[in-house]
Parts: sequence; structure tokens; C-alpha cells
Amino acid sequence: MKQEEYNFEKEQFSLTMIPGKFARAMRTCVIWQFFRFLVLNIKMIIVVGKSH
Amino acid sequence: MARLVVLGGGVAGHTTATFAAKWLGSEHEVVVVTPNSQWNWIPSNIWVGVGQMTKKDVTFDLAPVYAKAGITYYQAKATSLNPEGNETSDKPFVSIEYTEEGKAGQVENIEYDYIVNATGPKLNFGATPGLGEGDQLGEHTVSVCTAGHAVHANEKLQEAIEKMKGGTRQKFLIGTGHGMCTCQGAAFEYIFNIEHELSKAGVRDMADIKWISNESFLGDFGMGGLHMKVGGYVVSSKLFAESLFAERSIEWLIGAHTSKVEAGKLHYELLDGSTGEEEFDFSMLIPPFAGVGLKAYAKDGSDITDTVFAPNGFMKVDADYTPKAYADWKAADWPRTYQNPSYKNMFAAGIAFAPPHAISKPMKSPNGTPINPTPPRTGMPAGIIGKAVAHSVCDMITKGDAAHLHEASMAEMGAACVASAGKGIFDGTAAAMTVYPVVPDFEKYPGTGRDTDYTFGEIGLAGHWIKHVLHYLFIYKAKLNPGWTLIPE
Ligand SMILES: Cc1cc2nc3c(=O)[nH]c(=O)nc-3n(C[C@H](O)[C@H](O)[C@H](O)COP(=O)(O)OP(=O)(O)OC[C@H]3O[C@@H](n4cnc5c(N)ncnc54)[C@H](O)[C@@H]3O)c2cc1C
Repeated sequence: MKQEEYNFEKEQFSLTMIPGKFARAMRTCVIWQFFRFLVLNIKMIIVVGKSH
Repeated sequence: MARLVVLGGGVAGHTTATFAAKWLGSEHEVVVVTPNSQWNWIPSNIWVGVGQMTKKDVTFDLAPVYAKAGITYYQAKATSLNPEGNETSDKPFVSIEYTEEGKAGQVENIEYDYIVNATGPKLNFGATPGLGEGDQLGEHTVSVCTAGHAVHANEKLQEAIEKMKGGTRQKFLIGTGHGMCTCQGAAFEYIFNIEHELSKAGVRDMADIKWISNESFLGDFGMGGLHMKVGGYVVSSKLFAESLFAERSIEWLIGAHTSKVEAGKLHYELLDGSTGEEEFDFSMLIPPFAGVGLKAYAKDGSDITDTVFAPNGFMKVDADYTPKAYADWKAADWPRTYQNPSYKNMFAAGIAFAPPHAISKPMKSPNGTPINPTPPRTGMPAGIIGKAVAHSVCDMITKGDAAHLHEASMAEMGAACVASAGKGIFDGTAAAMTVYPVVPDFEKYPGTGRDTDYTFGEIGLAGHWIKHVLHYLFIYKAKLNPGWTLIPE
């Protein structure tokens, strides 16, 4: 059974979303995450700017 | 020469004092009264609580920094305010009690022209039987609210890990210690760090981990939840948070008021009025917050604490405190200048100001027990408010009391929350979230109350790196190293 399917077996978790292998891999993929790091920083700087 | 006294050397007070000292120069005096000798970057206490950082990594001595900034520093706690002076003098003053070694217990009055109350929260462990006494943590649970607490939490965590390695199953219960807690985010971050550390130690299968919280749904965070952009969708934070828990096989118990704590056992009441018990081997529960208990006296010595402070001990500011039904709550109820309505030379910044009401929907169990989060005032709003207040006071000093006051409403301000789940540079992840604005404004953003372009969430290493960068950046800034004013709050 896949990791996410195992977790879905539990009643409390059955109505939520659990990431599959690809989504999990992207979270620790250094190249993709470096790009997201830049995007997140820009977005956060805009939020900080709008807040001052 | 005018004197500004800042009470509290935490996120808000340190920001106010350091900016005011820079803007006012040596022509005026800035004084800080704070009981701690060290500054603490509180968000990183989470990593101290799992043994990934030491107390030294998250603290530094305040005295040399204040000396460099030309700030007069009293290691003491404020006990009362006399905003009209007393029978012998018209000059307002604050009474302090030293906490510094060698002077502890000595009292003194410090006169002021302007005062900023940035005393943060009293960690009100005493509100829940068994959780502690007054602001002192009890013996049954741990906390990560101070660096010292976090060191103790890690010691207990390591003991639990050793037991699991020896074959004994352990139950971890993390969350809120009362029905009226705020700061769910800290417990949220801690539970994922615990899960990560247990996996790393190879004992995850020996641990049962459970979340207990006063939120009516997972992902409320004291902000009534939020709708955020995730992977191209706009989703409720409920789905986002539940996904994080389900992925890690962490069960949750929500809408829970912790009514009593004993050795290894917690008693709770739920929103439906039912009661129950949870056993635990290790438990980290965030206490409810209250004001630090400052008193206020009029010139004739009469007690005016109720005029200056709200019943929860936080200082009244320019908010609309008229009791209103939830449906009538408005963004405009929230304060803009943080000036006390009775005394114009008095301000409150950070957690110390009294919010007009909660952000989350108020809820009660059928037994009448209120069970809903109180509003969070996290680091970014605390810093921004601290800076706006510094600006206002400096303008009042240099341009006169009629100077225009600077504004920083939490209904027009965002917050960035990065909840790490493990600390490794390549194996840690974090849920990075931004919310804009913190207090929803349904007039401006009729759909979700917030701007969904700037309210977003994402899980991954990138958020984790941001958390690391923020740790070093904010400590660098708080030490007033070169270029510190360029780093935003
Ligand atoms: C474990 C944890 C993790 C967190 N993580 C995050 C995060 O990731 N991001 C985020 O934005 N926020 C986070 N927060 C919240 C953040 O720490 C607070 O919002 C912030 O510290 C509030 O700033 P403050 O100045 O109002 O209060 P504090 O920083 O608590 O400062 C209050 C100061 O007043 C002093 N004081 C107390 N009593 C007196 C007195 N009588 N007289 C004078 N001084 C007094 C205290 O010693 C302290 O120095 C976290 C909080 C905790 C507990």
C-alpha cells in the first residue's frame, strides 16, 4: 500500500488530502525549492511592504 | 530633554526603543525597563525545545546593545504607573522593581514624558489547575515559551526518546492548555518538530502523537482560519492543516478546553459539553496569555487600573471596545495608533495592547465554558506596531503633542508565519504562510476577508530556508549590527 493510502485508512484522516510521492518529492527537490525560495521571498517582501 | 520610557525589551519594546534612540539622538533620553538580561528570538525556541539549537543560539545580552545605542537600561520589572504623578509632583512616573542580581527587590520610581507599554504576555499557567502557579510552569508539562522552558522541554524529550529506544511506548500530547489560549502556531510548529525528531531518532513507530487545541477547527490559528492559495487552489487553512497532520499520522482533538492537568493525565471539556481525559508521557501545552498585571494610580493615589487597562490586564488603546455581536465585528474596531485614550503620552505595542475582541468566532460549550482562541499578535505585527509607535512618540517629542500619529492597523497589516517541521537544511520542511491582512476585512475583501494574492501557503524546503534566514537576520538586526534599520520588521 502507498504511504498516503495507508494514512487514509484512519477515519480521522479520510476526508483530508495527503500528498502523493510526486508532491512529497517536490518539497525536497533542491532546484525546485530554490526557485520557490525566490518566489516566496518576493511575495513576503511585498506583504511586508504593504504592511508598513 | 524629553524622556521616553519603554517597558519590555521583547520584540515590540526592543523595536520601539532602538528606533526611538536612533531617531532622537542624544538630545532626548530613551529608557528601557525589562526584567530579562537577555534578548530572546522566541520563534527559534522551538528548535531549542527539540535540541537542534542551544539557549545561547537564540539569546544575547541586552546591556552592551543598549550601551551602544545610548539607551538607559534598567533590569527591572514595572509594577505600576502614575500617569498624573502623585500628591507631591505632577510628573508622571512608573514604579519599578529591580530583578538584576545584587539589586533584586529594590524599588524605584522613574519619571517619564512618554511611555510605551510593551510588556508582552503574562504566561498565565495558573489559569488551569495543574498547569502551573501564576506565571510559573508546573511540574507535569513542558513549555517552549521562554528559552529556559525550551531547554527543559528538550531534556524531557530526550528522556522520552531514550525510553522509546528501550522499548517503552510514549504518548505525546501537544497543544493549548486552556480554552482561551492564543499562539496555536507555536504548538503547531513544535508538534511537527517533535514528529520529525522522533523519525530521525528511529523511534517514530514507538510514539503516539496527539494534538489538543481550543480551535473549533484545525487551522483556525486564532484568526478564524484563512483561505489561502495553495498549488493554484484557494483552500481553507482547515484542509491545509488537516493534510499536514494526516500525512504525519498525528491525531487531533479540537474545540477542547484543558480543564485540569495531573501527572500523566489531562482533563478536558469539548465544545459539545462532553468531558474526557487524555493520558500522556510528554506534554507541551501553551498557557493562556494575560496582561502582566501592571497597576495604575491617579494623582490622589486612587486605583485607576480599570481606566487604563482592560479586565484581561492588557492596556486600552484606540480600539473600539464596545461589546458587539460577532456579525457586527469590523476591521475598523482594531486600533491604529495604539495611544491610550485617557493619557495621550501613553502607548501600548505588541501583545501588551488590549484587542477589541477575538478574530475567531466566539464559542461556548453548553456548560458556558468559553472555548475559542484569543487573537494572535505575532512577531511581525509586534515589530511593525513597535516601530509605528516609536515614530509617533518621536514626532510628538520633536514637533509637539499635536503631531500626526503613525498608524499600523492589524486589519491593514500582513503576517508571515513559517512553521518549520524539522531543522535539517536538506531534510527539514516548513509550512510557509502569509496572511494579508491579519484581521479580515470583509468590506474590502468580501469573499474571504483577505487578499488571496497575498494569503498563501506552501510546504517545502524553501519555507524552511526562510525560517533559517529569519533567525539570523532578526538576531543580527536586534544586535543593531551595521545596516540593521534596512531589515524590515
Ligand atoms: C514558542 C513561540 C514561537 C513563536 N513563533 C513565532 C513565529 O514563528 N513567528 C512570529 O511572528 N511569532 C511567533 N511567536 C510570537 C512572538 O514571539 C510574539 O508575537 C512576540 O514575541 C510578541 O512581542 P512582544 O514584544 O509583544 O512580547 P515579548 O516578545 O514577549 O516581550 C515582552 C517583554 O516584556 C518584558 N516584561 C514582562 N513583564 C514586564 C514588566 N512588568 N515590566 C517590564 N517588562 C516586562 C518581558 O520580559 C519581555 O522582554 C512565537 C511565540 C512563541 C511563544
